[in-house]
Amino acid sequence: MSLLEIEDLSLTIGGARILKGMGISVAPGEIMGLVGESGSGKSMAALTVMRLLPHAARATGRVSFDGIDILAASEDQMCALRGDDIGMVFQEPMTALNPVKTIGEQVAEGIRWHSGATRAEAEDRARKMLDRVGLPEAKFPLSRYPHELSGGQRQRVVIAIACALKPKLLIADEPTTALDVVLQAQILDLLRDLVAENRMGLLLISHDLAVVTEMADRITILRHGEVMEAGDTAPTLSAQLHPYTRQLAQASMHVPARPKTHLADTAAKPLLEVEGVTRDYRGRRISLFRRAPDVRAVDDVSLSMAAGQSVALVGRSGCGKSTLARMVLALDRPSSGAIRFRGETITGRSEAELAPARRDMQVVFQDPYGSFDPRQKVERLIAEPLHVLEKWPTRAERREMVAHALHEVGLDQRDMDKYPHEFSGGQRQRLSIARAIITRPKLVVADEPVSALDVSIRAQILDLFASLNQKLGIAYLFITHDLTVARAITDEVLVMHEGRIVERGKTNDVLDRPQSEAARALVAAAPDLHRAIARRMQEQG
Amino acid sequence: MTVYLLKRLAIALATLVLASIVVFAVLEILPGDPARLMLGMNASADQVELLRNQMGLNAPLLLRYLHWAGGLASLDFGRSYTYSVPVIDLVRERLAVSLPLALIALALSTLIAIPVGLYSASRRGRVGDTVAMGAAQLGVAVPNFWFALMLIYVFAVWLRLVPAGGFPGWGPGAWPALKSLLLPAVALALPQAAILARVTRSALIEVLNEDYIRTARAKGLPYRAVLWRHALRNAMIPVLTILGLQFAFLLAGTIIIENVFYLPGLGRLVFQAITQRDLIVVESVVMLLVAAVIAVNLLVDLSYAVVDPRLRSRP
Repeated sequence: MSLLEIEDLSLTIGGARILKGMGISVAPGEIMGLVGESGSGKSMAALTVMRLLPHAARATGRVSFDGIDILAASEDQMCALRGDDIGMVFQEPMTALNPVKTIGEQVAEGIRWHSGATRAEAEDRARKMLDRVGLPEAKFPLSRYPHELSGGQRQRVVIAIACALKPKLLIADEPTTALDVVLQAQILDLLRDLVAENRMGLLLISHDLAVVTEMADRITILRHGEVMEAGDTAPTLSAQLHPYTRQLAQASMHVPARPKTHLADTAAKPLLEVEGVTRDYRGRRISLFRRAPDVRAVDDVSLSMAAGQSVALVGRSGCGKSTLARMVLALDRPSSGAIRFRGETITGRSEAELAPARRDMQVVFQDPYGSFDPRQKVERLIAEPLHVLEKWPTRAERREMVAHALHEVGLDQRDMDKYPHEFSGGQRQRLSIARAIITRPKLVVADEPVSALDVSIRAQILDLFASLNQKLGIAYLFITHDLTVARAITDEVLVMHEGRIVERGKTNDVLDRPQSEAARALVAAAPDLHRAIARRMQEQG
Repeated sequence: MTVYLLKRLAIALATLVLASIVVFAVLEILPGDPARLMLGMNASADQVELLRNQMGLNAPLLLRYLHWAGGLASLDFGRSYTYSVPVIDLVRERLAVSLPLALIALALSTLIAIPVGLYSASRRGRVGDTVAMGAAQLGVAVPNFWFALMLIYVFAVWLRLVPAGGFPGWGPGAWPALKSLLLPAVALALPQAAILARVTRSALIEVLNEDYIRTARAKGLPYRAVLWRHALRNAMIPVLTILGLQFAFLLAGTIIIENVFYLPGLGRLVFQAITQRDLIVVESVVMLLVAAVIAVNLLVDLSYAVVDPRLRSRP
C-alpha cells in the first residue's frame, strides 16, 4: 500500500502548464527520488502535496495521502496534516528560519500546535529532537537564534521542525544543494537514519543524479512536467533506457575535451604569485572595552599559477577560499604578504595604479541572476569592464567588441539589445563569461561558476570554459566545493582548510589519492554517480 | 547590546547639540531686534541700547549661545518678551494640551494603521485590499486641516457630540478635556494612519514572501496564525522607522490643527510667538520639539533591538 499516490496530476499557473499528467508514489519506509532540471515542476509537485501552491495555481488529477484525497481536503484538514503527518524540508537553510524567534520556539511551535502539549512539554520534546538531529544542548540551547548558527546547523533545525512529530511522509526539496559536500553527506546520513527509525516515507527532490542514486530506492525522472522514466534506482540508471535519463547521466559526468593541458612550468615567469598572504578580520566587539580575538580567514597562503593554467581552489564553505580570491582580484587587502600579477605587486596599490592589472584579470560569480543590474541592457553590462582600457572605445567599437564577446560565448550579437531577464540561467552565465573575457584577460577567477546551473547547462558551460582556455589561453582560478568541476576542467588542485592550503598537486593525483585529512574528507563526501550506481547494483542485485 | 545602547545615546546627544546650534544661528541671522520690538517704534536709541544690555543681547555670540544652551539644559528657558513670564511656565501650561494630543494621535494612527495593514496584506489584490488602500491613498492626499473641518462639521455642528473647538483645561476633570482633544487627535491621526497602513501592508507583503513563512505554513499553522506569529514582528522594523519619522510631522501638524480647533497648545504658542517675534519663546519651543523628535527616534532605535535579535548581538 502506498503512503502517497499521485496519479495523472496536472497543474497550471496563470496559463502556464507546469505538470502534465504526472504520477509518483511513495511507500512507508521508502525513499523515492524525484529528479529533474529547473522548471521541470518537481518543486511544484511537492507543494501540491502540501497544498502550499501559489494562489493562481490550479491542480487536477488525484493526490492521495494515507487514504485522504489531498486535492479535495479542506484547509483545516490540510493544517492538521502539515507538520504532523507530512513534514517538509526546503532548499535554502539560511532563510528558512524566522530570524526573530529562537530555534527552541520554532521547533516547539509545531509540537504545541498539533499535540496541544504545554510549553514545557513541547520544549522538552523540541530539546530531544534537536539532540537527535545533531545539535546537542551544551552547544545549541533552545535559546539560540538562527543567525547564531551556520547553514548546515540551520538545515538540521529545519529537519528537526519537519520531523518533530514523526511524520509518515517527509518531503525534502533540494535539502543539501546550498551546502558543501561534507555537510551534504552528513545531512543525507541524518535523513537516511530518520527514515529507517520511523519507517517514514521520504520524497527526495534533487537535480543531482548522484545524490539521488546514493539515497533513493526508486527514482522518477521528470522533464517539463512529464514523467520520463520511473523505476528501481539501480536498473534504471545502469540501463539508461530512456534517452533523457542517458542525457542526464552523461551530463552529470561530463568532462570537456581539453587537448592541451598546462602544468606549472617552473622555468617560465608565473602569471600569478601569492606569497605568504594572511587576512585577519577584526573580532566583534563584545563589550565596551573588549573585542573578540581577530578571525584569521586566510593564513599564510602561498601559490603560483602559470599563464594558461587552470587551477581549482577547493574547500568547504567558510575555509577562506573566497576571501583569498577577493585578495587576488585586489578587491580586499591582505593583512600581510604580497600578491604579484604578471610580475608586478598588486597589494597596497591605488585604484589608478591597479587599472592595467584589472584589464588582465576578470571574475565570474556564482549567481547568474544576482550579478547583473536588471535595468541595463546587455550591451552596457558586457561593456562594463571596458572602462579599465587605456583608450576608451568609441560607441561603434564598443558594439563591435560586445558582439564579438557574445559570439565567443555562443550567444547571438542581436542579444546585446535585450535585458538580463530575457535570458535563462545558463545564458546569463554565458553573459557573465562574455563580460569577463571582453578585455582579453590573462586570468579569470570563477567563484562557483556552475553550481547554480542544471546538469546539462552546466556541461555546456564547462565546455565553454574549456574551449576559451584552449582558444584564448586564459588561465582560470576555479573556486569550488564541487570536485567534479575540479576534475572536469582543471590541471591542478589546491585544497584549502581553515585558511591554509593543506594539499596541492595535479588534479587527478589529488582527487584519486588524497593525502591530507581535509582532502580525504572532501573526496569521500563528494557524490559520484559511477560509484553510487555500482553500490546500488550490489544492494539491489 | 550595551554598546549599541550607548552608541545610540551618544548619537542622540550629538544631534541635540547640533540642532541647538542651528536653531540659535538661524534666529540670530533673522532680521528684527527684540529689544526694539518690546519697546515699540517710538523708543529712543538709548532706551533700546539699555534694554539690549539688560537682556544680554550685546554679549559675544559664543557667550550668548553657551548661556542659552546652559539655560536649556537646566530647564531655564528665559523670559518671554511679550508675555513677560518665564518661558518654562508658558511651555508647561501648553504642553498639558499638546502632549496628550500628540500621544493620542500617535496611538490612534497606530491602532488604525496596523490592523488595516494586516487586513490588506492578507487579502492582497482582493476587493477588501483595494478598498482599504484606496481609502489610504485618499488619507495621504487630503490635508489634515480639511479633515479637521469635516470632522467639526459632522461631529460638532451636525451630531453635536463634541465641542467644535476650545479647551476646558484639565481642571473640570479628564473627560471634558479628552472630549475636546478627540476630534483634533483624529484629524491629526488620519493622514498618519494612511501612510503607516501602506507601509505596514508593503512590509508584510515582503515578509510573507520569505522562506520562513513557508516553513511556518509547512508546520501546519493556519494562515492567520502565521501572519500574527511570524510575519508581523518581522515587518515591524520598517513600520517603527516610519513611526519615528512621522512623529516629527505629527508635531508640525499640531501647529495647524491647534489653530483650527482653537486649542491653547504649543503649536498655537509658537505660531503666536513667531508673529510677535518673541524669539526666546520660538527658540525654546523649537528646541523642545527637536528634543521630543530625537527622544522618540532614540526609542525607535532601541525598539529595533527588542524586535530583532540580530541587532542585539551587534555592536
